[in-house]
Amino acid sequence: MSNDVLTKQPTYYQEIIRKGYSRRDFIRFAGMMAAFIGVENSAIGQVAKALETNPRIPIIWLHFQECTCCSESFIRSSHPIVADILLDKVSLDYTETLMAASGIQAEEALKNTMTKYKGEYILCVEGSVPTAADGVYCMIGGKTSMQILDEAAEGAKAIIAWGSCACNGCVQAAKPNPTSATPIHKLVKGKPVIKVPGCPPIGEVMAGVIVHLLTFGKIPELDRLGRPKAFYSKRVHDTCYRRPYFDAGLFVESFDDENAQKGYCLYKVGCKGPSTYNACGVTKWNGGTSFPIQSGHPCIGCSEENFWDNGRFYERGSAFAGFGIESDADTLGKVALGVTGAALAGHAIYTNINKSKIIDRLTAEGKASEKEMEG
Amino acid sequence: MSKRIVVDPITRIEGHLRVEADIENGKIKDAYSSGTMVRLLEEILKGRDPRDAWAFVGRVCGVCTSTHSLNSVRTVEDALDIVIPPNAELVRNIMHCALYMHDHVVHFYHLHAMDWVDVVDALKADPQKTSELAQSISSWPKSSPGYFRDVQSRIRKFVESGQLGIFANGYWGHPAYKLPSEVNLIGLAHYLEALEWQKEMVKVHAVFGGKNPHPNYLVGGMACAIGIDDVSGLNAERLALVGKILKDGKTFIEQVYIPDLMAVASFYKDWGAIGGGLGNYMVYGDLPTNGIRDKSSYKFPGGVIMNKDISKVMDVDLRKEDEIQEFISHSWYEYKEGKDKGLHPYKGESKIKYTGPKPPFEHLDTTKDYSYLKTPRWKGNAMEVGPLARVLVGYARGREDFKAVVDKALTDLNVPVTALFSTLGRTAARGLEAQLAATWVQDFFQELLTNIKNGDTRMADSSKFDPKTWPKTAMGVGHSEAPRGALAHWINIEDEKIANYQLVVPTTWNASPRDNKGQMSAYEAALIDTPVAREDQPLEIIRTIHSFDPCMACAVHLYDEEGKNIARVSVVGD
Repeated sequence: MSNDVLTKQPTYYQEIIRKGYSRRDFIRFAGMMAAFIGVENSAIGQVAKALETNPRIPIIWLHFQECTCCSESFIRSSHPIVADILLDKVSLDYTETLMAASGIQAEEALKNTMTKYKGEYILCVEGSVPTAADGVYCMIGGKTSMQILDEAAEGAKAIIAWGSCACNGCVQAAKPNPTSATPIHKLVKGKPVIKVPGCPPIGEVMAGVIVHLLTFGKIPELDRLGRPKAFYSKRVHDTCYRRPYFDAGLFVESFDDENAQKGYCLYKVGCKGPSTYNACGVTKWNGGTSFPIQSGHPCIGCSEENFWDNGRFYERGSAFAGFGIESDADTLGKVALGVTGAALAGHAIYTNINKSKIIDRLTAEGKASEKEMEG
Repeated sequence: MSKRIVVDPITRIEGHLRVEADIENGKIKDAYSSGTMVRLLEEILKGRDPRDAWAFVGRVCGVCTSTHSLNSVRTVEDALDIVIPPNAELVRNIMHCALYMHDHVVHFYHLHAMDWVDVVDALKADPQKTSELAQSISSWPKSSPGYFRDVQSRIRKFVESGQLGIFANGYWGHPAYKLPSEVNLIGLAHYLEALEWQKEMVKVHAVFGGKNPHPNYLVGGMACAIGIDDVSGLNAERLALVGKILKDGKTFIEQVYIPDLMAVASFYKDWGAIGGGLGNYMVYGDLPTNGIRDKSSYKFPGGVIMNKDISKVMDVDLRKEDEIQEFISHSWYEYKEGKDKGLHPYKGESKIKYTGPKPPFEHLDTTKDYSYLKTPRWKGNAMEVGPLARVLVGYARGREDFKAVVDKALTDLNVPVTALFSTLGRTAARGLEAQLAATWVQDFFQELLTNIKNGDTRMADSSKFDPKTWPKTAMGVGHSEAPRGALAHWINIEDEKIANYQLVVPTTWNASPRDNKGQMSAYEAALIDTPVAREDQPLEIIRTIHSFDPCMACAVHLYDEEGKNIARVSVVGD
């Protein structure tokens, strides 16, 4: 990422010192960022160096069809210095949620950044774009969101699609998608789009993505769906602390039963963790306080495409990738119970030899995913 | 001769709001409020599992996050006649109070403060004097001269860098800013502190609901099972975390928010006579302590006040078809029986029809349809909803807790009770009810602990969770008091599915366009006669608009009977 336009600007390090932080604060921030973006301890020096030498990048943050949960999640990012850095260090030049100016003055701020930093600014988009009826279902300053996105995307260096709205249309794109709510990557051409799905994405994940851009001057490694691998390469199921209960065939049957109080697996009451790729099980939410499953509710799969239309939330999943269409919680329970005889009797689940192929595949997959996690 | 000005986008709100105002002789003569984004969630809800509705409608708004979900589970429980366990009611109340505490603080500092606090002027403040002033109004420990000097020095360097980020193009130096530099500096320092604080407050939602924004709810109770002997459940550690956050939250509200609010208000007493508007206030009530059906048990009592007459409070009935109705006389919709009919939400009908100018455009034709918001009315009257309505109804109902905080504020500011009917009154009422919620929530929390100690660990009642136990058809209404005001959802269930789901939300009451009789709604009425010192800088307009805390994503919603008609085919690059 070339930054010649910005070279006259102070570096993060200069800025951080100027704003009254110490060198030690700076190194701590760099360490935390290294952790966020998933690099080894030994790379902290590299992160610190990047922050010392890379100039600031202006950010334009647009809001279309959304509920502002992404912005709210972003300001929840748990580490104080991150809030400071991201709110003023990145030069957040346009964001309707927080900016002081309204109306003409707000539009001027947007224009200024688009002109002055053409080709250099990061465009963040929160929300989907309704394309039905020539775009009149979302208008700002007398323009449609389609027009605004076109103009802002043109000069952007890279685009971040915040949240499920911008990544896949989220709730307004659920059937019958009456406004033709459209995700960002389908509307912009020739620009890298980093998808950060979730309703909303975890605050620390949002901070981590921005910091990756700033520190390394390039977009993070993305999976085939355009999501940063660092946060979206593991299934919630594979990182869930309740996974052992799943393997042991111990399930919550209803929300008011004894098993709910014991914190058993929520798969049978609809948990979509097995088909959801997100960092909830590891990073957790709100500064590591909890995540849906820890608080007793099944994962609804909010970072997955079309999650609103993938079956009822409280019905157990039956067609999860890798699980086999016929398999269900009972079948899966048999996998583990085949080797733990005591539990077998206790839970009256029997082995079904006909399903042995499925079981073999699941066992292999389970081992592979364990290995992956250890690695 | 009046001049039409446009403010679009109005920032520091949720969603997309446009105001057009006619200014004559330095005052607003006429005003029009327009919601310019629509998602049609009610259409999307049709045919879904009613138990899932909370998740869909929760996504109506991520700022007053959790409110619509809470309201939705109440609606389904009303329809299916489900009674939730006392612990679930307490947990919902604790989460709702935490929302009030969080949302009102964030509104005051991050969405509203810059209308009153001149950030750039704070650089002129004397840190020593600022410290003395801060210590004279509060016992908050972060108040030394060194603390204020550090904040000032950080902001000075920031401003001098020339890259003002979110402060760029603000109205700094505008003559309507009246605060001494020292108060500006306190406001600025606490802007930054509140940003840190708010992410702690929402951890209450994370403990009970797994995450915030958009915590999880459950029809029949809550999913956060009590398990005091398990690492997973609500155990002593989890509860201690909640207890600490609630206590710290109360301290922040009492020692930072309220003193700042009073300090700022004392320099803007003239705004106690500006922005009054309708004078009609409506509250559905919330925070039940003996089940949602027992309205006398509410911490926030419901009621209606007309024409600023607080000697008389009337009742609201959400089920009566002639009380709440929605009109579309100036909205981009059409009804089967014509544009001038009003419909109760149980029979709510709408079909979107955009007739505004083709974008890009300069002005809306406000003599015709000009908003995606419908226009709700109570017995034909325009009503204001929100913190001011709640505080006034509690006060008018003679509730001691309300009287105590209101009378103290009036005495401290040395203003009459009529000063409440204003922009300033709205902003003050928000702080006062945050204070009340912060107090009530301590009791809710203690009661939860007592219940658990006494062996009551019920958190959900799943006896009617299975759709097979439901009647073939059912209908219900649920209500709540969202941070922005009275909220209700109506549901019709047929064959285990949602046949119809309607929401009438606070910002629709406040921000809607004119009705069939030409009556203004709250935003438009409140803007009339507002002074505007500089026509090209809408500071006074956004002051009054922000005093309502707009939430546009909430306000715009509808269903359409023939969804395919409105979704015209268009080619999307793919």
